[in-house]
Amino acid sequence: MNFEFSEDQIALRDQARRFLADKCPTKAVRAILDGADRYDRALWKGLADLGFMGVAIPEAYGGLGAGHLELCVIAEELGRALAPVPFASSIYLAAEALMIAGSEAQKQKYLPKLASGEAIGALAFSEGAGNPSPKNIRAVAAGGRITGEKNPVADGDICDILIVAARTGTAGNESDISLFIVDPASAGVTRTPVETLDPTRAHAKITFANAAAEPLGATGQGWSILQQVLDRAAVLTAFEQVGGADRALEMGRDYALERMAFGRPIGSFQAIKHMLADMYVAATLARSNAYYGAWALSTGAAELPRAAATARVSATQAFQLCSKNNIQTHGGMGFTWEFDCHMFYRRSNLLALSLGSLSQWEDKLIERMRASNAA
Amino acid sequence: MNFDDTPQEAAFRAEARAWIAANAPREYEADLKTSPFGSVKLGGRDVLAASKAWQKKKFEAGWACLHWPKAYGGRGASPIERVIWQQEEGVFGKLSQVFIIGHGMCGPTLMPYASEEQKRRFLPAMASGEEIWCQLFSEPAAGSDLAGLRTRAEKQGDEWVINGQKIWTSGAQHSDYAILITRTDPNVAKHKGLTMFFLSMKSPGVEVRPIKQINGDSSFNEVYFTDVRIPDSQRLGAVGDGWNVSLTTLMNERLSIGAGMPTGFQELFDFCLNAQTPDGPAIEDRAVRSKLATYAVRASGLKYTGYRAISALSRGATPGPENSIGKLVAGATMQDIAAMALDLQGPSGMLAGKDRLSQDAQFQAMLMRSAATRIEGGTDEILRNIIAERVLGLPADIRVDKDVPFNKIPTRGR
Repeated sequence: MNFEFSEDQIALRDQARRFLADKCPTKAVRAILDGADRYDRALWKGLADLGFMGVAIPEAYGGLGAGHLELCVIAEELGRALAPVPFASSIYLAAEALMIAGSEAQKQKYLPKLASGEAIGALAFSEGAGNPSPKNIRAVAAGGRITGEKNPVADGDICDILIVAARTGTAGNESDISLFIVDPASAGVTRTPVETLDPTRAHAKITFANAAAEPLGATGQGWSILQQVLDRAAVLTAFEQVGGADRALEMGRDYALERMAFGRPIGSFQAIKHMLADMYVAATLARSNAYYGAWALSTGAAELPRAAATARVSATQAFQLCSKNNIQTHGGMGFTWEFDCHMFYRRSNLLALSLGSLSQWEDKLIERMRASNAA
Repeated sequence: MNFDDTPQEAAFRAEARAWIAANAPREYEADLKTSPFGSVKLGGRDVLAASKAWQKKKFEAGWACLHWPKAYGGRGASPIERVIWQQEEGVFGKLSQVFIIGHGMCGPTLMPYASEEQKRRFLPAMASGEEIWCQLFSEPAAGSDLAGLRTRAEKQGDEWVINGQKIWTSGAQHSDYAILITRTDPNVAKHKGLTMFFLSMKSPGVEVRPIKQINGDSSFNEVYFTDVRIPDSQRLGAVGDGWNVSLTTLMNERLSIGAGMPTGFQELFDFCLNAQTPDGPAIEDRAVRSKLATYAVRASGLKYTGYRAISALSRGATPGPENSIGKLVAGATMQDIAAMALDLQGPSGMLAGKDRLSQDAQFQAMLMRSAATRIEGGTDEILRNIIAERVLGLPADIRVDKDVPFNKIPTRGR
């Protein structure tokens, strides 16, 4: 049995970690938090120069064609560094959607630009309150035109290629939904930046008024394709969450070793030790579940939907636990703007919602376990 | 990343599988599969005799104590081969419960500390299951704080005279021999005045009293010592070095990974698929699903953490304190799972013994057994300390009794 990344993959992870430690210290994340820029352009360029956006994109479409395990180890490091770049939108969502459903011409047209980082992709699937479902997608597409509103859309205001889920039918089920590619700079598209829990990741409200749209995948297949995309993104995002959880745990541990109270390091009190031990347990279980997801993603296993939901639920729980207890360990300083704890807290809660909330993924997990139990 | 064996591992697995297929006691298979958590039941047949017979068969074919040297009745197998064996042995491994303490802890303690003659006399008989060993460590006033033990050993000529009491001794009622940790010098700090021995459980002055547990079973015992005499030749390690010797024993406990601790998740999932509520099967309920999902990812996380540990073993790594996670998660999860299943049963969940509903019985067994899982072999709190101190590198607890002579340490809280 070898349930571990290969030496080459671990070397890639180390390379990504060194690069991000140098180019993306928390000071750089804070520059986006406090500044006017929507993402870190220099970092984006640096990641592109290393070829990271293209590791899982085939060589025929401008990528390196390495694979999803390579993408997983990069995702872990991006999560650990809280990288303020549109990597997830562009690669886990837009590029994966194109690889799953794009025509040959669409792949030729869009994937090389995403692989090189020259273009930023995004996926607009959320509208209004509640988790995405075939029922609450109200944007309508007909005759190659979309009308409606999407909010929030990760990287919606900075993207160059936008994939949109819209209603094309009236059957009252998931066959009503189709996917489209929209040029966000085209007529009829209005983009307004929105404030979110985590300003280090750009989000926007996008309105479509009879905007030109090109179909992605067959009509009526949009919901099914979207689920496949979200499953892949769930595994990759789980690695970001695991990276963030580990870093939050380390911050809490380091502070508990430094901070003195009652004449001793606070890390010598069992109340603190046991809290940190529980964070370690959650982070370890989440890492193992993420590896399960990575295995399923990279081998195209039939149980990917179940593995993805397992990885997603576990990683969401772990990052939320670690980020909030990191603040708790830091005491009063933990909830200041000055200390970095809140950036992890923000990111953990943003990622917990980004692909649909925890309760929705819990529901998906049980439904999928039920299906595989019956099979 | 794959679940495949290396060619050597595959060859070992094939050999083990073929031998087990030809030799395993199939007549017990069904009963072993349905034995409730933590206790083996063979439909009234003698569990000890069945266990000894299977162990003897394994020993004669070279499949006993895989990790021990061949010279002492083992196979000299690697840790990964041991894991493969456990996977292949499957439910028949439940017949090894009575030998776990001896094979996993007593034997490995004898190896570095007993004389060559003693090792040749005792280890093969332990490996074959002919003689059963137990470990006399915990005491009424020394559980998590094991070094606070009070059982006295006093030298008289070439012998030691033992007086005191041990408790929570698994399998003492079946045991022929034991390793025993004692206090030989109460005038020095508590860790420094301890000495380890081994002795026959048939020695005059040894009295075993079973403890009836919460689940009605009696797998633990109290053991009393009244002027029990042990020859000095049965001392393991130097006088006063017993704490270090016991660390050898406890480190070997940690090597016993791989098989994985049960959480009861699959049983709960199956139960929720079938249990009816006024609104349909329990699994349709969103609150039920949310809890199930949390337990599902814990069970899955443990499984794949185990796979990662096996991968590390396969590459030659030594298991470390990070393996404390297994029992910590499994024990508490099983207790939560049992409570959830009984809750879904409503008042009928309280029915027990001969009046219980058959589908509910396993969760009642889990409810009772898991309370012990969270305490035995290191409480949840001690395991969290181990993770905090030895994995995360946090400072050790401040020990107010550290440099105090043992007989000056306070013994009453108020």
